[in-house]
Amino acid sequence: MRAVARRLATIVPTLIGVVIVTFLLTRVLPGDPAAYFAGPTADQASIDQIRAALGLDQPLPVQFAAYVKDLATGNLGNALSTGQPVLTELAARLPASAELTLTALLISMSIAIPLGILAAVKEGSFIDHVCRVVTTAGVSLPVFFTGLLFVYVFYYLLGWAPAPVGRLDVYFTEPERITGFFTIDSLLAGDLETFRAAASQLFLPAATLALFSLAPIARMTRASMLSVLSSEFIRTARAAGLRSRTVILAYAFRNAMLPVVTTLGMVFSFLLGANVLVEKVFAWPGVGSFAVEALIQSDYAPVQGFVLAMALLYVALNLVIDLVYGLIDPRVRLEA
Amino acid sequence: MDRRAFLASASSAAAAGLLGSGLPWARAFAQGAKQDTLLLISENGPNNLDIHGVGANRPGYEAAWNCYDRLVTYGIKTLPDGSRSYDKDVIAPELAESWQADDKGITFKLRKDAKFHDGTPVTAADVKWSFDRAVTVGGFPTTQMAAGSLLKPEQFSAVDDHTFRVEFVRPDALTLPDIAVIVPAVFNSALVKKNATEKDPWGLDYTKNNVAGGGAFKVAKWTPGAEVVYARYDDWKSGPLPDLKRVIWRTIPSAGNRRALVERGDADVSFDLPAKDFSEMKKAGKVAVASTPISNGMWSIEMNVTKPPFDNVKVRQAIAYAIPYQKIMDAVLFGEAKPLFGAASNKPDDLSWPRPAAYTTDIAKAKALLAEAGLAEGFETRLSFDLGQGVVGEPVAVLIQESLAQIGIKAAIEKVPGANWRGEMAKKSMPFMINFFSGWLDYPEYFFFWAYHGQNAVFNTMAYKNPALDKEVDAARAAAASGDKATYEASVKKMIEIAYDDAPRIPLFQPYLNVAMQKSIGGYAYWFHRQLDYRSLVKTVA
Repeated sequence: MRAVARRLATIVPTLIGVVIVTFLLTRVLPGDPAAYFAGPTADQASIDQIRAALGLDQPLPVQFAAYVKDLATGNLGNALSTGQPVLTELAARLPASAELTLTALLISMSIAIPLGILAAVKEGSFIDHVCRVVTTAGVSLPVFFTGLLFVYVFYYLLGWAPAPVGRLDVYFTEPERITGFFTIDSLLAGDLETFRAAASQLFLPAATLALFSLAPIARMTRASMLSVLSSEFIRTARAAGLRSRTVILAYAFRNAMLPVVTTLGMVFSFLLGANVLVEKVFAWPGVGSFAVEALIQSDYAPVQGFVLAMALLYVALNLVIDLVYGLIDPRVRLEA
Repeated sequence: MDRRAFLASASSAAAAGLLGSGLPWARAFAQGAKQDTLLLISENGPNNLDIHGVGANRPGYEAAWNCYDRLVTYGIKTLPDGSRSYDKDVIAPELAESWQADDKGITFKLRKDAKFHDGTPVTAADVKWSFDRAVTVGGFPTTQMAAGSLLKPEQFSAVDDHTFRVEFVRPDALTLPDIAVIVPAVFNSALVKKNATEKDPWGLDYTKNNVAGGGAFKVAKWTPGAEVVYARYDDWKSGPLPDLKRVIWRTIPSAGNRRALVERGDADVSFDLPAKDFSEMKKAGKVAVASTPISNGMWSIEMNVTKPPFDNVKVRQAIAYAIPYQKIMDAVLFGEAKPLFGAASNKPDDLSWPRPAAYTTDIAKAKALLAEAGLAEGFETRLSFDLGQGVVGEPVAVLIQESLAQIGIKAAIEKVPGANWRGEMAKKSMPFMINFFSGWLDYPEYFFFWAYHGQNAVFNTMAYKNPALDKEVDAARAAAASGDKATYEASVKKMIEIAYDDAPRIPLFQPYLNVAMQKSIGGYAYWFHRQLDYRSLVKTVA
């Protein structure tokens, strides 16, 4: 527990750094939000008016002080692109992104880990080659391309997938918000129709993301399994006559998991990044597309809010991974 | 987990995902609601439901147009090609049943049965409050009101509950047309005042997320960035009750997916399509398409006359003769635009606007003109365009760059991010650019006032100041106000001729607004604001 507290204490300087850097970065960006939002027929006077309304006519330190003060009160400012408070937007959109990313990660894990194990156990066999081809293909196809291809084939040509119109088909109503995950909320509400609709909307974008993240997980599982399988305790286990299945899953895999978990953490974070493109293709109302939209319009508040939220998320994620290490491998716990 | 178990679970998961969509009862459930529901898709959604709001975007104008009433609106006419468009020459009643103009102002008689969405009757006091708001809040609404000489609250008065009067500050032919645009919408003043705060006396924060009007549609649900759901206001009195009971407007950022959705029949209307998609869909014939020239709008090449060598009219004309006009029409617009080049003369023979200039692609002539200007060797410059409109701007820039190289002009292409474009325009820092301008009010002198006049508005990116031209523009405005047709015609023709001969701005083409819809959708009409009016749309289900 003390280790957790100590870890948490190290977060503080990180966050202060993030706040300062994002503030400065957004100011360095080219573009004049006041002119952009003044609209097509604005004259200089109305541009200046908007600049004053946004507080952009103040010197930078004053803007920064105002920003920090707002942050302390939980006010992240307003997003000009959607007109809503950034906090509301992030809260509404984060579950959408999280649902997509986690589903993708689950799909990816359920394919990549068994594939990696099999490839390691039967090194050089047919399945090992399949593993190599799948992972190479997955990592070399950019997500927006796979996304568009999937839409073209599974929606446009075959008609198997539903229309890529976001989280739910137009004629369904959103389930009552409990977790913000439509699939879970609809199940909690006992509404199977909505569940099916939400799950079917989720499948293609999640599969697109999953394909992209297969490679690192499968490769890491394979490499780490290979090194464990060649170690002496495995030979001993085999010599002792343990079943091959027990040896591989109970002894080898458990020891091979540590690097895999590290990779999972990394994969999760870069999936959140790759999300941006997938969200654009599938009209998914997540945080990624929101942040990109804001960036294009030089809309500072959402970009700052997004970076801050992501930083918090990563910090939390790293903490969780550190804790999981301890569970998998007691040695790590002792060292901490 | 062994291989079998894994394969079984993976394939069942995949099957569950894919089957979900094809379920027969999901379709059946949707069928009933589909009949009077319109599914509309477009690239962006609104960021504000109130056009008076700070930074309200174009999709926001659409929400305001359909959810609020104005005193008057425009009529609808059928164009020669069979498509329907608003009619700038016919002002039609909306909240006002009738109106009477005299020398000093206009008196509007409001209809007595009109109610806001919450049931409160619409009174002249609401109209007065709304007009006061539009001229006071600043920014775009105030600028737009000023375009019709609607400048200050003292001009507006509520004579009695159902009589509203506007006093003129000066005679201006655009006053009544300006009252029919989106900005002078009528707000439920009691409701907004109740939700206003000391810091926000006009209740802009409230109307950003809530409709406080009495228009034909109400916003039933709005998920910013994703979806707007409208429900018809059944008690609407300011026009024939719309056929559609619900309109669902989804934001689909990917152009390819918007096209797929319409072609598969899953979306009813896809608004504002790229020219390429439009021309291909028109050829395929699966869906109905409509395209209307954007009124009072043109894409053009603009040269800052304060920056040499563009201060030399010969250089400007040389460039006008070096533009690959037809290539731009074919390769960028797939023929889907109105050419604004190759006229017999720069001297207009009628008042139609935008009209072609007399320039064509003539490299020999361009070279000769450049030599006359003493620049036979050519020169270096940079050609800017707005990345926000890159679909058109970028290929046009590349074609022009290629063509200018033939007369020795090396133009480096500069891509300006959308957020930056307006600022660069205001600074007048770009020497040479590709740009688009359109005016809501469809009058040539309105275009010239913003884009050519020496008052040097943001849109006069050329920083062009020519007293001879200003004289004609001012004369045309005055003649329009006083109803002096002969002077008006002469002045408009003269100002176009001067502008085209002097060539600070070289017209390229007048773009079209493209819409694709299912064949079951009827009643589409083009509006000056280039957004969709749901009120006239009908959906017939076979």
